[in-house]
Amino acid sequence: MQSEVMFAGFGGQGILLSAKILAHAAMKDGYEVAWIPSYGPEMRGGTAYCTVVVSDRPIGSPIIRNPLHLVAMNRPSLEKFAPHVKQGGVILINSSLIKISSSRDDVDEIRVPVTDIAKDLGSTRSANIVALSAFVARSRILDMDLIRDCIKEEFANKEKIIPLNLAAVDEGQKAGLTA
Amino acid sequence: MGKVLMKGNEAIGEAAIRAGCLNYFAYPITPQSEVAEYLSRRLPEAGGVFLQGESEVAVSYMIFGAAAAGARIFTTSSSPGISLMCEGISYIAAAQCPAVFVNIMRGGPGLGGILPSQADYFQATKGGGHGDYRMLVMAPASVQEAVEMVMTAFPLAEKYRNPVMILGDGLIGQMMEPVEFPDDLRSEPSNKDDWATNGMDTRRSDKRNLVKSLFLDPDQLNRNNLALKAKYDRMNREEVRYETYHMDLDYRVLIVSYGTMSRVCRTAIDNLAEEGIDVGMIRPQTLFPFPVQQVHDAAQKQSCVHVASIEMSMGQMVEDVQRALQGVKPVSWYGKCGGDVPTPEEIMEFVRTLL
Repeated sequence: MQSEVMFAGFGGQGILLSAKILAHAAMKDGYEVAWIPSYGPEMRGGTAYCTVVVSDRPIGSPIIRNPLHLVAMNRPSLEKFAPHVKQGGVILINSSLIKISSSRDDVDEIRVPVTDIAKDLGSTRSANIVALSAFVARSRILDMDLIRDCIKEEFANKEKIIPLNLAAVDEGQKAGLTA
Repeated sequence: MGKVLMKGNEAIGEAAIRAGCLNYFAYPITPQSEVAEYLSRRLPEAGGVFLQGESEVAVSYMIFGAAAAGARIFTTSSSPGISLMCEGISYIAAAQCPAVFVNIMRGGPGLGGILPSQADYFQATKGGGHGDYRMLVMAPASVQEAVEMVMTAFPLAEKYRNPVMILGDGLIGQMMEPVEFPDDLRSEPSNKDDWATNGMDTRRSDKRNLVKSLFLDPDQLNRNNLALKAKYDRMNREEVRYETYHMDLDYRVLIVSYGTMSRVCRTAIDNLAEEGIDVGMIRPQTLFPFPVQQVHDAAQKQSCVHVASIEMSMGQMVEDVQRALQGVKPVSWYGKCGGDVPTPEEIMEFVRTLL
Protein backbone atom coordinates (compact mmCIF):
# COMPACT_ATOMS: atom_id res chain seq x y z
CA MET A 1 0.00 0.00 0.00
CA GLN A 2 1.25 3.45 -0.85
CA SER A 3 -0.35 6.81 -0.22
CA GLU A 4 0.82 10.15 -1.40
CA VAL A 5 -0.15 13.41 0.25
CA MET A 6 0.39 16.72 -1.43
CA PHE A 7 0.57 19.84 0.72
CA ALA A 8 0.20 23.08 -1.21
CA GLY A 9 -0.19 26.76 -0.45
CA PHE A 10 1.60 30.09 -0.35
CA GLY A 11 5.28 30.19 0.50
CA GLY A 12 5.39 31.04 4.21
CA GLN A 13 2.31 29.01 5.18
CA GLY A 14 4.44 26.24 6.66
CA ILE A 15 3.77 23.77 3.86
CA LEU A 16 7.19 22.11 4.03
CA LEU A 17 7.05 21.83 7.81
CA SER A 18 3.63 20.19 8.05
CA ALA A 19 4.71 17.76 5.34
CA LYS A 20 7.90 17.02 7.24
CA ILE A 21 5.99 16.28 10.43
CA LEU A 22 3.77 13.82 8.57
CA ALA A 23 6.82 12.12 6.99
CA HIS A 24 8.57 11.94 10.33
CA ALA A 25 5.52 10.45 12.04
CA ALA A 26 5.09 7.85 9.30
CA MET A 27 8.77 6.90 9.59
CA LYS A 28 8.30 6.39 13.34
CA ASP A 29 5.37 4.14 12.54
CA GLY A 30 7.72 1.94 10.49
CA TYR A 31 6.76 3.07 7.00
CA GLU A 32 9.06 3.89 4.13
CA VAL A 33 8.76 7.62 3.47
CA ALA A 34 9.96 10.26 1.08
CA TRP A 35 9.48 14.02 1.43
CA ILE A 36 9.77 15.73 -1.92
CA PRO A 37 9.69 19.52 -2.02
CA SER A 38 9.10 21.67 -5.03
CA TYR A 39 12.29 23.63 -5.14
CA GLY A 40 11.77 25.62 -8.29
CA PRO A 41 12.38 29.38 -8.34
CA GLU A 42 9.53 30.05 -5.90
CA MET A 43 9.59 32.91 -3.45
CA ARG A 44 7.70 34.05 -0.40
CA GLY A 45 4.10 34.55 -1.40
CA GLY A 46 4.45 32.25 -4.40
CA THR A 47 3.09 28.71 -4.60
CA ALA A 48 4.88 26.12 -2.49
CA TYR A 49 4.11 22.47 -2.58
CA CYS A 50 5.52 19.34 -1.13
CA THR A 51 4.63 15.68 -1.50
CA VAL A 52 4.97 13.02 1.16
CA VAL A 53 4.98 9.39 0.05
CA VAL A 54 4.14 6.79 2.69
CA SER A 55 4.55 3.16 1.74
CA ASP A 56 4.91 -0.29 3.23
CA ARG A 57 7.66 -1.17 0.73
CA PRO A 58 10.63 0.66 -0.80
CA ILE A 59 9.45 3.74 -2.66
CA GLY A 60 9.96 3.71 -6.42
CA SER A 61 9.31 6.92 -8.24
CA PRO A 62 9.53 9.94 -5.95
CA ILE A 63 7.85 11.97 -8.69
CA ILE A 64 4.12 12.01 -8.04
CA ARG A 65 1.80 13.61 -10.57
CA ASN A 66 -1.37 12.07 -9.13
CA PRO A 67 -1.35 12.11 -5.33
CA LEU A 68 -3.97 10.22 -3.36
CA HIS A 69 -4.65 13.19 -1.09
CA LEU A 70 -4.39 16.98 -1.24
CA VAL A 71 -4.19 19.56 1.53
CA ALA A 72 -4.87 22.88 -0.20
CA MET A 73 -4.05 25.97 1.83
CA ASN A 74 -4.91 28.53 -0.84
CA ARG A 75 -7.03 28.84 -3.96
CA PRO A 76 -4.31 28.62 -6.64
CA SER A 77 -3.16 25.32 -5.10
CA LEU A 78 -6.65 23.87 -5.14
CA GLU A 79 -7.20 24.93 -8.75
CA LYS A 80 -3.85 23.59 -9.83
CA PHE A 81 -3.79 20.23 -8.06
CA ALA A 82 -7.39 19.14 -7.32
CA PRO A 83 -7.92 17.74 -10.85
CA HIS A 84 -4.92 15.42 -10.35
CA VAL A 85 -6.01 13.83 -7.06
CA LYS A 86 -6.76 10.12 -7.31
CA GLN A 87 -10.29 8.90 -6.96
CA GLY A 88 -11.24 8.15 -3.34
CA GLY A 89 -8.65 10.45 -1.80
CA VAL A 90 -9.19 13.29 0.65
CA ILE A 91 -9.09 16.90 -0.50
CA LEU A 92 -8.83 19.25 2.45
CA ILE A 93 -9.76 22.82 1.59
CA ASN A 94 -8.73 25.73 3.78
CA SER A 95 -12.15 27.35 3.68
CA SER A 96 -10.88 30.47 5.48
CA LEU A 97 -9.14 31.46 2.26
CA ILE A 98 -10.81 29.33 -0.43
CA LYS A 99 -14.41 30.01 -1.31
CA ILE A 100 -14.70 27.55 -4.20
CA SER A 101 -14.91 23.76 -4.16
CA SER A 102 -12.85 21.20 -6.04
CA SER A 103 -15.90 20.23 -8.15
CA ARG A 104 -14.90 16.60 -7.67
CA ASP A 105 -17.58 14.13 -6.63
CA ASP A 106 -15.28 11.11 -6.53
CA VAL A 107 -13.17 12.26 -3.58
CA ASP A 108 -13.78 13.01 0.10
CA GLU A 109 -13.75 16.80 0.06
CA ILE A 110 -13.68 18.49 3.44
CA ARG A 111 -13.85 22.20 4.12
CA VAL A 112 -12.01 23.31 7.26
CA PRO A 113 -11.46 26.98 8.16
CA VAL A 114 -7.92 26.24 9.28
CA THR A 115 -6.66 29.84 9.25
CA ASP A 116 -9.61 31.01 11.39
CA ILE A 117 -9.18 28.12 13.81
CA ALA A 118 -5.48 28.99 14.14
CA LYS A 119 -6.30 32.67 14.65
CA ASP A 120 -8.70 31.76 17.49
CA LEU A 121 -5.89 29.73 19.08
CA GLY A 122 -3.68 32.80 19.08
CA SER A 123 -1.57 32.63 15.91
CA THR A 124 -2.37 32.09 12.26
CA ARG A 125 1.08 30.54 11.99
CA SER A 126 -0.27 27.29 13.42
CA ALA A 127 -2.71 26.96 10.50
CA ASN A 128 -0.45 24.37 8.90
CA ILE A 129 -0.66 22.16 11.99
CA VAL A 130 -4.45 22.56 12.16
CA ALA A 131 -4.63 21.48 8.51
CA LEU A 132 -2.25 18.56 8.99
CA SER A 133 -4.20 17.29 11.99
CA ALA A 134 -7.58 17.69 10.33
CA PHE A 135 -6.24 15.75 7.37
CA VAL A 136 -4.72 12.97 9.48
CA ALA A 137 -7.95 12.64 11.50
CA ARG A 138 -10.04 12.42 8.35
CA SER A 139 -7.83 10.12 6.31
CA ARG A 140 -6.77 8.00 9.31
CA ILE A 141 -3.42 7.69 7.62
CA LEU A 142 -1.63 7.61 11.02
CA ASP A 143 -2.34 7.66 14.71
CA MET A 144 -2.71 11.26 15.93
CA ASP A 145 -0.44 10.65 18.93
CA LEU A 146 2.46 10.11 16.53
CA ILE A 147 1.82 13.59 15.16
CA ARG A 148 1.85 14.97 18.71
CA ASP A 149 5.18 13.24 19.45
CA CYS A 150 6.74 14.57 16.29
CA ILE A 151 5.56 18.11 17.00
CA LYS A 152 7.28 17.95 20.37
CA GLU A 153 10.47 16.77 18.67
CA GLU A 154 10.26 19.27 15.84
CA PHE A 155 9.86 22.21 18.21
CA ALA A 156 12.26 20.91 20.87
CA ASN A 157 14.35 24.06 20.48
CA LYS A 158 11.32 26.35 20.63
CA GLU A 159 9.54 24.89 23.63
CA LYS A 160 7.38 27.97 24.08
CA ILE A 161 5.36 27.23 20.99
CA ILE A 162 4.74 23.54 21.68
CA PRO A 163 1.49 24.09 23.67
CA LEU A 164 0.06 26.26 20.89
CA ASN A 165 0.83 23.61 18.30
CA LEU A 166 -0.57 20.79 20.44
CA ALA A 167 -3.75 22.83 20.84
CA ALA A 168 -3.75 23.18 17.04
CA VAL A 169 -3.62 19.39 16.79
CA ASP A 170 -6.64 19.01 19.07
CA GLU A 171 -8.69 21.59 17.21
CA GLY A 172 -7.62 20.27 13.83
CA GLN A 173 -8.55 16.74 14.83
CA LYS A 174 -12.04 17.85 15.94
CA ALA A 175 -12.57 19.89 12.80
CA GLY A 176 -11.39 17.09 10.53
CA LEU A 177 -13.77 14.58 12.05
CA THR A 178 -16.81 16.83 11.98
CA ALA A 179 -16.27 18.58 8.65
CA MET B 1 21.56 6.03 16.47
CA GLY B 2 18.45 4.76 14.68
CA LYS B 3 16.86 6.10 11.55
CA VAL B 4 16.56 9.85 11.14
CA LEU B 5 14.66 11.79 8.53
CA MET B 6 17.13 13.94 6.64
CA LYS B 7 17.41 15.97 3.50
CA GLY B 8 19.88 14.43 1.06
CA ASN B 9 22.22 17.42 1.16
CA GLU B 10 22.40 17.42 4.94
CA ALA B 11 22.83 13.67 5.06
CA ILE B 12 25.76 13.94 2.62
CA GLY B 13 27.44 16.46 4.93
CA GLU B 14 26.85 14.30 7.99
CA ALA B 15 28.04 11.17 6.16
CA ALA B 16 31.39 12.81 5.41
CA ILE B 17 31.90 13.63 9.08
CA ARG B 18 30.88 10.10 10.08
CA ALA B 19 33.32 8.73 7.53
CA GLY B 20 36.11 10.60 9.26
CA CYS B 21 36.45 13.62 6.96
CA LEU B 22 36.78 16.87 8.87
CA ASN B 23 37.76 19.23 6.06
CA TYR B 24 35.30 20.79 3.65
CA PHE B 25 35.89 23.73 1.33
CA ALA B 26 33.08 24.87 -0.94
CA TYR B 27 31.20 27.57 -2.75
CA PRO B 28 27.37 27.58 -2.58
CA ILE B 29 25.13 26.79 -5.55
CA THR B 30 21.55 25.51 -5.86
CA PRO B 31 20.49 22.69 -5.48
CA GLN B 32 23.24 21.63 -3.05
CA SER B 33 23.79 24.73 -0.89
CA GLU B 34 22.36 22.97 2.17
CA VAL B 35 25.52 20.85 2.38
CA ALA B 36 27.56 24.00 3.02
CA GLU B 37 24.88 25.44 5.29
CA TYR B 38 24.83 22.25 7.33
CA LEU B 39 28.59 21.82 7.53
CA SER B 40 29.24 25.47 8.38
CA ARG B 41 27.51 24.64 11.67
CA ARG B 42 28.42 20.97 12.15
CA LEU B 43 32.09 20.90 11.18
CA PRO B 44 33.33 23.40 13.79
CA GLU B 45 31.25 21.44 16.33
CA ALA B 46 33.00 18.24 15.27
CA GLY B 47 36.44 19.87 15.45
CA GLY B 48 36.76 20.23 11.68
CA VAL B 49 37.36 23.01 9.19
CA PHE B 50 34.67 24.63 7.07
CA LEU B 51 35.95 27.15 4.58
CA GLN B 52 34.04 28.98 1.87
CA GLY B 53 36.25 29.76 -1.11
CA GLU B 54 35.85 32.82 -3.32
CA SER B 55 34.95 30.68 -6.34
CA GLU B 56 34.74 27.06 -7.42
CA VAL B 57 38.07 27.41 -9.24
CA ALA B 58 39.70 28.52 -6.00
CA VAL B 59 37.96 25.72 -4.10
CA SER B 60 39.32 23.06 -6.45
CA TYR B 61 42.88 24.22 -5.74
CA MET B 62 42.23 24.50 -2.01
CA ILE B 63 41.14 20.87 -2.22
CA PHE B 64 44.31 20.03 -4.18
CA GLY B 65 46.46 21.70 -1.53
CA ALA B 66 44.78 19.94 1.38
CA ALA B 67 44.87 16.58 -0.40
CA ALA B 68 48.55 17.00 -1.30
CA ALA B 69 49.28 17.75 2.35
CA GLY B 70 47.64 14.46 3.29
CA ALA B 71 44.30 15.70 4.68
CA ARG B 72 41.05 13.91 4.11
CA ILE B 73 39.03 16.44 2.14
CA PHE B 74 35.86 16.84 0.15
CA THR B 75 33.70 19.40 -1.57
CA THR B 76 30.23 19.59 -3.07
CA SER B 77 28.83 21.63 -5.91
CA SER B 78 26.35 21.50 -8.76
CA SER B 79 26.88 21.34 -12.50
CA PRO B 80 28.16 24.85 -13.43
CA GLY B 81 30.29 24.84 -10.27
CA ILE B 82 31.75 21.45 -11.14
CA SER B 83 32.66 22.78 -14.60
CA LEU B 84 34.78 25.41 -12.88
CA MET B 85 36.38 22.76 -10.68
CA CYS B 86 37.31 20.51 -13.59
CA GLU B 87 40.64 22.21 -14.09
CA GLY B 88 41.65 21.48 -10.51
CA ILE B 89 40.28 17.93 -10.74
CA SER B 90 42.54 17.25 -13.71
CA TYR B 91 45.56 18.48 -11.70
CA ILE B 92 44.53 16.40 -8.67
CA ALA B 93 44.19 13.26 -10.81
CA ALA B 94 47.53 13.93 -12.52
CA ALA B 95 49.27 14.46 -9.18
CA GLN B 96 47.59 11.32 -7.79
CA CYS B 97 45.91 12.88 -4.77
CA PRO B 98 42.78 11.51 -3.07
CA ALA B 99 39.75 13.79 -2.85
CA VAL B 100 35.98 13.42 -2.95
CA PHE B 101 33.73 15.58 -5.12
CA VAL B 102 29.95 15.54 -4.92
CA ASN B 103 27.98 16.85 -7.90
CA ILE B 104 24.26 17.36 -7.23
CA MET B 105 23.35 17.88 -10.87
CA ARG B 106 21.04 20.58 -12.23
CA GLY B 107 19.94 21.16 -15.79
CA GLY B 108 22.44 22.54 -18.30
CA PRO B 109 24.20 23.48 -20.47
CA GLY B 110 25.20 26.98 -19.40
CA LEU B 111 23.42 28.21 -16.32
CA GLY B 112 20.55 25.94 -17.39
CA GLY B 113 18.09 25.60 -14.52
CA ILE B 114 18.09 24.48 -10.91
CA LEU B 115 15.93 21.35 -11.23
CA PRO B 116 17.16 17.73 -11.31
CA SER B 117 19.18 16.52 -14.27
CA GLN B 118 21.69 13.83 -15.20
CA ALA B 119 23.31 15.79 -17.99
CA ASP B 120 26.82 15.73 -16.47
CA TYR B 121 27.33 12.04 -17.22
CA PHE B 122 29.94 12.73 -19.89
CA GLN B 123 31.65 15.35 -17.74
CA ALA B 124 31.92 12.94 -14.81
CA THR B 125 32.80 9.73 -16.63
CA LYS B 126 34.73 10.86 -19.70
CA GLY B 127 36.86 13.67 -18.41
CA GLY B 128 35.49 17.14 -17.82
CA GLY B 129 38.96 18.49 -17.36
CA HIS B 130 41.80 18.01 -19.83
CA GLY B 131 44.11 15.06 -20.23
CA ASP B 132 43.90 11.31 -19.78
CA TYR B 133 42.31 10.97 -16.38
CA ARG B 134 39.27 9.28 -14.92
CA MET B 135 37.33 9.62 -11.73
CA LEU B 136 35.66 6.76 -9.96
CA VAL B 137 32.01 7.84 -10.23
CA MET B 138 29.21 6.54 -8.00
CA ALA B 139 25.53 7.36 -8.54
CA PRO B 140 23.14 7.07 -5.57
CA ALA B 141 19.42 6.39 -6.06
CA SER B 142 18.31 7.26 -2.53
CA VAL B 143 19.40 9.40 0.38
CA GLN B 144 20.54 6.26 2.23
CA GLU B 145 22.65 5.20 -0.72
CA ALA B 146 24.12 8.72 -0.99
CA VAL B 147 25.23 8.38 2.64
CA GLU B 148 26.81 4.99 2.04
CA MET B 149 28.55 6.10 -1.15
CA VAL B 150 29.98 9.22 0.49
CA MET B 151 31.28 7.13 3.36
CA THR B 152 32.82 4.58 0.96
CA ALA B 153 34.29 7.28 -1.28
CA PHE B 154 37.04 8.35 1.13
CA PRO B 155 38.85 5.01 1.47
CA LEU B 156 38.40 4.43 -2.28
CA ALA B 157 39.94 7.81 -3.08
CA GLU B 158 42.87 6.92 -0.83
CA LYS B 159 43.22 3.40 -2.18
CA TYR B 160 43.60 4.75 -5.71
CA ARG B 161 45.03 8.17 -4.85
CA ASN B 162 42.50 9.56 -7.26
CA PRO B 163 39.44 11.82 -7.15
CA VAL B 164 36.14 10.03 -6.54
CA MET B 165 32.88 11.66 -7.57
CA ILE B 166 29.40 11.10 -6.17
CA LEU B 167 27.02 12.00 -8.99
CA GLY B 168 23.51 12.69 -7.73
CA ASP B 169 20.68 14.67 -9.26
CA GLY B 170 18.89 17.60 -7.65
CA LEU B 171 16.24 15.37 -6.11
CA ILE B 172 18.80 13.31 -4.21
CA GLY B 173 19.94 16.55 -2.59
CA GLN B 174 16.51 18.04 -1.95
CA MET B 175 14.49 15.00 -0.93
CA MET B 176 14.14 13.84 2.69
CA GLU B 177 14.25 10.13 3.42
CA PRO B 178 15.01 8.05 6.51
CA VAL B 179 18.73 7.40 6.85
CA GLU B 180 21.13 5.52 9.05
CA PHE B 181 24.86 6.12 9.22
CA PRO B 182 26.52 2.70 9.32
CA ASP B 183 29.31 2.70 11.90
CA ASP B 184 31.22 0.09 9.96
CA LEU B 185 31.70 2.50 7.07
CA ARG B 186 33.79 4.79 9.22
CA SER B 187 37.43 4.51 8.20
CA GLU B 188 40.77 5.84 9.37
CA PRO B 189 42.63 8.00 6.86
CA SER B 190 45.40 5.94 5.26
CA ASN B 191 49.06 6.55 5.97
CA LYS B 192 50.28 8.98 3.34
CA ASP B 193 53.94 9.27 4.40
CA ASP B 194 55.15 7.75 1.14
CA TRP B 195 53.95 10.54 -1.06
CA ALA B 196 52.18 13.41 0.74
CA THR B 197 53.80 16.72 1.61
CA ASN B 198 52.74 16.17 5.18
CA GLY B 199 55.81 17.52 6.96
CA MET B 200 59.14 15.87 7.72
CA ASP B 201 58.64 15.85 11.47
CA THR B 202 55.78 13.36 11.35
CA ARG B 203 57.46 10.65 9.31
CA ARG B 204 60.60 8.61 9.73
CA SER B 205 62.07 8.67 6.25
CA ASP B 206 64.30 11.50 5.06
CA LYS B 207 62.91 11.31 1.55
CA ARG B 208 61.48 14.57 0.24
CA ASN B 209 57.97 14.11 -1.12
CA LEU B 210 56.97 16.09 -4.15
CA VAL B 211 53.39 16.37 -5.43
CA LYS B 212 53.22 17.65 -9.00
CA SER B 213 51.40 17.40 -12.31
CA LEU B 214 54.08 18.91 -14.55
CA PHE B 215 56.25 16.38 -16.40
CA LEU B 216 58.15 18.14 -19.16
CA ASP B 217 60.16 15.06 -20.01
CA PRO B 218 58.03 13.02 -22.45
CA ASP B 219 59.15 9.69 -20.98
CA GLN B 220 58.25 10.79 -17.50
CA LEU B 221 54.88 12.08 -18.61
CA ASN B 222 54.19 8.86 -20.48
CA ARG B 223 55.16 6.89 -17.36
CA ASN B 224 52.79 8.96 -15.25
CA ASN B 225 49.98 8.37 -17.74
CA LEU B 226 50.69 4.64 -17.76
CA ALA B 227 50.55 4.64 -13.95
CA LEU B 228 47.19 6.41 -14.10
CA LYS B 229 45.92 3.99 -16.74
CA ALA B 230 46.93 1.03 -14.59
CA LYS B 231 44.76 2.43 -11.80
CA TYR B 232 41.78 2.95 -14.10
CA ASP B 233 42.19 -0.58 -15.47
CA ARG B 234 42.20 -1.88 -11.93
CA MET B 235 39.01 0.09 -11.16
CA ASN B 236 37.43 -1.55 -14.20
CA ARG B 237 38.35 -4.96 -12.83
CA GLU B 238 37.61 -4.43 -9.15
CA GLU B 239 35.14 -1.62 -8.52
CA VAL B 240 32.16 -2.21 -10.80
CA ARG B 241 28.96 -1.98 -8.76
CA TYR B 242 25.41 -2.37 -9.96
CA GLU B 243 21.98 -3.56 -8.91
CA THR B 244 19.45 -5.54 -10.88
CA TYR B 245 15.66 -5.55 -10.90
CA HIS B 246 13.35 -8.26 -12.29
CA MET B 247 16.32 -9.94 -13.96
CA ASP B 248 15.06 -13.42 -13.11
CA LEU B 249 12.08 -12.88 -15.44
CA ASP B 250 12.04 -13.49 -19.18
CA TYR B 251 12.21 -9.79 -19.83
CA ARG B 252 11.55 -8.51 -23.33
CA VAL B 253 13.11 -5.13 -22.69
CA LEU B 254 16.19 -4.43 -20.62
CA ILE B 255 16.36 -0.96 -19.09
CA VAL B 256 19.64 0.61 -18.04
CA SER B 257 19.04 3.55 -15.73
CA TYR B 258 20.68 5.14 -12.70
CA GLY B 259 19.98 7.52 -9.83
CA THR B 260 16.50 8.97 -9.34
CA MET B 261 15.60 7.99 -12.91
CA SER B 262 16.04 4.31 -12.03
CA ARG B 263 13.44 4.61 -9.28
CA VAL B 264 10.90 5.99 -11.71
CA CYS B 265 11.79 3.07 -14.01
CA ARG B 266 11.23 0.63 -11.14
CA THR B 267 7.68 1.90 -10.70
CA ALA B 268 7.14 1.69 -14.47
CA ILE B 269 8.50 -1.89 -14.46
CA ASP B 270 6.09 -2.87 -11.65
CA ASN B 271 3.15 -1.38 -13.55
CA LEU B 272 4.17 -3.00 -16.83
CA ALA B 273 4.47 -6.38 -15.09
CA GLU B 274 0.82 -6.04 -14.09
CA GLU B 275 -0.01 -5.57 -17.77
CA GLY B 276 1.93 -8.74 -18.56
CA ILE B 277 4.98 -6.98 -20.03
CA ASP B 278 8.15 -8.18 -18.35
CA VAL B 279 10.98 -5.68 -18.21
CA GLY B 280 14.33 -6.07 -16.44
CA MET B 281 16.69 -3.38 -15.26
CA ILE B 282 20.37 -2.94 -14.56
CA ARG B 283 21.12 0.07 -12.40
CA PRO B 284 24.79 1.01 -12.54
CA GLN B 285 25.91 2.19 -9.10
CA THR B 286 29.33 2.98 -10.53
CA LEU B 287 29.20 4.92 -13.81
CA PHE B 288 32.96 4.71 -14.13
CA PRO B 289 33.76 1.87 -14.07
CA PHE B 290 30.62 1.09 -16.09
CA PRO B 291 29.19 -2.46 -15.78
CA VAL B 292 30.07 -3.22 -19.40
CA GLN B 293 30.16 -7.00 -19.11
CA GLN B 294 27.00 -7.19 -16.99
CA VAL B 295 24.95 -5.10 -19.41
CA HIS B 296 26.31 -7.13 -22.32
CA ASP B 297 25.44 -10.45 -20.67
CA ALA B 298 21.99 -9.32 -19.59
CA ALA B 299 21.13 -8.25 -23.13
CA GLN B 300 22.05 -11.71 -24.45
CA LYS B 301 18.99 -13.26 -22.81
CA GLN B 302 16.88 -14.97 -25.46
CA SER B 303 13.67 -13.14 -24.49
CA CYS B 304 15.28 -9.69 -24.65
CA VAL B 305 14.52 -7.88 -27.89
CA HIS B 306 15.51 -4.36 -26.99
CA VAL B 307 17.73 -2.42 -24.60
CA ALA B 308 16.78 1.07 -23.45
CA SER B 309 18.99 3.65 -21.78
CA ILE B 310 16.70 5.89 -19.76
CA GLU B 311 18.34 8.97 -18.34
CA MET B 312 17.68 12.62 -17.54
CA SER B 313 19.91 13.79 -20.35
CA MET B 314 19.73 13.99 -24.11
CA GLY B 315 21.49 10.64 -24.50
CA GLN B 316 24.84 10.26 -22.78
CA MET B 317 24.90 6.94 -20.90
CA VAL B 318 23.36 5.39 -24.01
CA GLU B 319 26.83 5.55 -25.59
CA ASP B 320 28.22 3.33 -22.84
CA VAL B 321 25.28 0.97 -23.26
CA GLN B 322 26.00 0.75 -27.00
CA ARG B 323 29.67 0.19 -26.23
CA ALA B 324 28.71 -2.64 -23.85
CA LEU B 325 26.37 -4.27 -26.36
CA GLN B 326 28.68 -4.19 -29.37
CA GLY B 327 25.63 -4.36 -31.59
CA VAL B 328 24.20 -7.63 -30.23
CA LYS B 329 20.77 -6.04 -29.58
CA PRO B 330 19.12 -2.80 -30.66
CA VAL B 331 19.58 0.11 -28.24
CA SER B 332 17.28 3.08 -27.76
CA TRP B 333 17.42 6.15 -25.61
CA TYR B 334 14.66 7.91 -23.74
CA GLY B 335 15.05 10.98 -21.60
CA LYS B 336 14.24 14.53 -20.71
CA CYS B 337 16.49 17.11 -19.16
CA GLY B 338 14.72 20.36 -18.48
CA GLY B 339 14.29 19.49 -14.85
CA ASP B 340 10.99 17.74 -15.40
CA VAL B 341 11.65 14.16 -14.31
CA PRO B 342 9.89 11.69 -16.65
CA THR B 343 6.92 9.96 -15.01
CA PRO B 344 6.39 6.20 -14.76
CA GLU B 345 3.57 6.60 -17.32
CA GLU B 346 5.92 8.19 -19.84
CA ILE B 347 8.44 5.38 -19.36
CA MET B 348 5.69 2.78 -19.81
CA GLU B 349 4.51 4.47 -22.97
CA PHE B 350 8.06 4.47 -24.33
CA VAL B 351 8.66 0.80 -23.47
CA ARG B 352 5.43 -0.19 -25.26
CA THR B 353 6.71 1.46 -28.44
CA LEU B 354 9.72 -0.87 -28.38
CA LEU B 355 7.59 -4.01 -28.59
